[in-house]
Amino acid sequence: MTIDAREMGYKEINEALRGGEKEYTVAGCLGQRFIGAEMGGLDLTIEGVPGNALGAYLNGAKITVRGNAQDAVGDTMNDGVITVHGNVGDAAGYAMRGGVIFVKGDAGYRAGIHMKAYRDKVPVIVIGGKAGSFLGEYQAGGVIVVLGLTDNDRRIVGNFPCTGMHGGMMILRSDCADIALPDQVTAKAADADDLENIRGYVAEYCAEFGADEANVMDAPFTVITPNTGNPYKRLYVAN
Amino acid sequence: MKYREGEVRIPSGCAIAAVISKEGKRMTAEAIVNAMKPMHDRSNGLGGGFAGYGIYPEYRDLYAFHLFFDCRATRKEVEAFLKEGFEVVKGEIIPTRKIPEITDEPIIWRYFVTPLRSVLADLQLDEKEFVARTVMKINTEVRGAYVFSSGKNMGTFKAVGFPEDVGVFYRLDEYEGYSWTAHGRYPTNTPGWWGGAHPFTLLDYSVVHNGEISSYDANRRFIEMFGYKCTLKTDTEVITYILDYLIRTQGLTLTEAANVIAAPFWSTIGAKTDEYEKEKLTYLRTVFPSLLVTGPFSIVLGFDGGLMALNDRLKLRSMVVGEKDDRVFIASEEAAIRVMEPDAENIFAPAGGEPVIVKVKEGAY
Repeated sequence: MTIDAREMGYKEINEALRGGEKEYTVAGCLGQRFIGAEMGGLDLTIEGVPGNALGAYLNGAKITVRGNAQDAVGDTMNDGVITVHGNVGDAAGYAMRGGVIFVKGDAGYRAGIHMKAYRDKVPVIVIGGKAGSFLGEYQAGGVIVVLGLTDNDRRIVGNFPCTGMHGGMMILRSDCADIALPDQVTAKAADADDLENIRGYVAEYCAEFGADEANVMDAPFTVITPNTGNPYKRLYVAN
Repeated sequence: MKYREGEVRIPSGCAIAAVISKEGKRMTAEAIVNAMKPMHDRSNGLGGGFAGYGIYPEYRDLYAFHLFFDCRATRKEVEAFLKEGFEVVKGEIIPTRKIPEITDEPIIWRYFVTPLRSVLADLQLDEKEFVARTVMKINTEVRGAYVFSSGKNMGTFKAVGFPEDVGVFYRLDEYEGYSWTAHGRYPTNTPGWWGGAHPFTLLDYSVVHNGEISSYDANRRFIEMFGYKCTLKTDTEVITYILDYLIRTQGLTLTEAANVIAAPFWSTIGAKTDEYEKEKLTYLRTVFPSLLVTGPFSIVLGFDGGLMALNDRLKLRSMVVGEKDDRVFIASEEAAIRVMEPDAENIFAPAGGEPVIVKVKEGAY
């Protein structure tokens, strides 16, 4: 079912999405926030530019954006898949706790800020292009993959990646020679096991956006993890 | 009693947008007013405003003062004061539309003026300095009067209300400019008064700002040493005066001024491989440490013949830039750009502290 969003506010759009269908296309979207918030069991396609906090608290729905998305895509999402055929703004995957976000192009600042994981809930963000500064800021869990496929001179990630990172993992398709990392993380060249861990997501990315998987995988990858299970041990109290 | 801006501080977002024609083609404000609509929820109705450049071509050599007055007596008092230092070529009510969305308006006038040569010679001041001092004097010493625009061939229009309504109120569809900036306000530190809406201006500089700077008092203490008076306790006012100080009185380039207020971290400067750049950035941070603006901000500075967009160095606020033909668009959200130009190209988000400077072709404005 197609929803013409041109004259609609976000409340009306989300109300329409609760109409009981399994598939919706939101056409003419222009800046309406919170689309698909907390929804599950839906397949949603968005044409136009969705507003901030697209798929916030998403709980299993599949959202595909046929262009760019704005800030805070998948804010605190719990489950589901968000696929963006363009770039995303700042703070994509903010406090995400499950599900997957695929971004064809670049991500703004602070992608994956405060991502977390618990048992089987392991959120994943795959950024096909390059990422802005403060990638994985305060990352507590989950996996951030950056492929750096955008054709320009920028580094794969901006300044200050992994600031405050204390859990989870980041995998960058680069030798990271030009990336300054903070003391509390460790970087190493990805081994076969590491690559096997992300191969499924890369394959999915390539299938969705039409990239060549063998080409993408044929490059140096760097794995970054926090260098202790408890980096803040005894920072304030003995724990 | 009604609170007035500057008397109360309430600690607490905003929307900004801008468009410029590099060819100097004049556009009505219709597009910029509409651009604010998808960002409606970023403001709360306590302030909206616009600055248009190139809107007064018939008075292009005169300073256009826009003023709010509390009452007729104050207006008479200010007019008498202005005549002491200026030739007042024209004074008139700024035309508005009565609409239910905008209420409690002050008395709103504009004056096209030029400083008297004899007065300038007597004070040994250049024209702009004299105009700036006059604005400061009225805004600090005349209760009930506020100059909210004072540049040549440009004007600011602002009010308490949502920006799209403010555009209708001021009949902005009847003005044409080669660049426009816009602001929707969510006041965080002050109650929201007409004078406190954005853009903030001094001479031809206007600033629209989304954010909440944490260096306000440090910046204020420094800038007030140079004759600026921060009367409104809002952070945007101090940013405006800092930029006027750095660009007009200190002669810095726009990029240098950006490198002062959104200076890179020492670690980032240390990692520069270009020695000249490294030395310059070090110099600017060392000479103007008190003008480093910290905390979240995204601003658009309007000036005679151009625009500069800038984010704080940590990029704690969103800002997107796009272009189409001779026009460049800047906004807090891509949706706003798509309203102005559905086929906008090269959409990108500038990095924190990386100024985007757009100038109109020389001679085209």
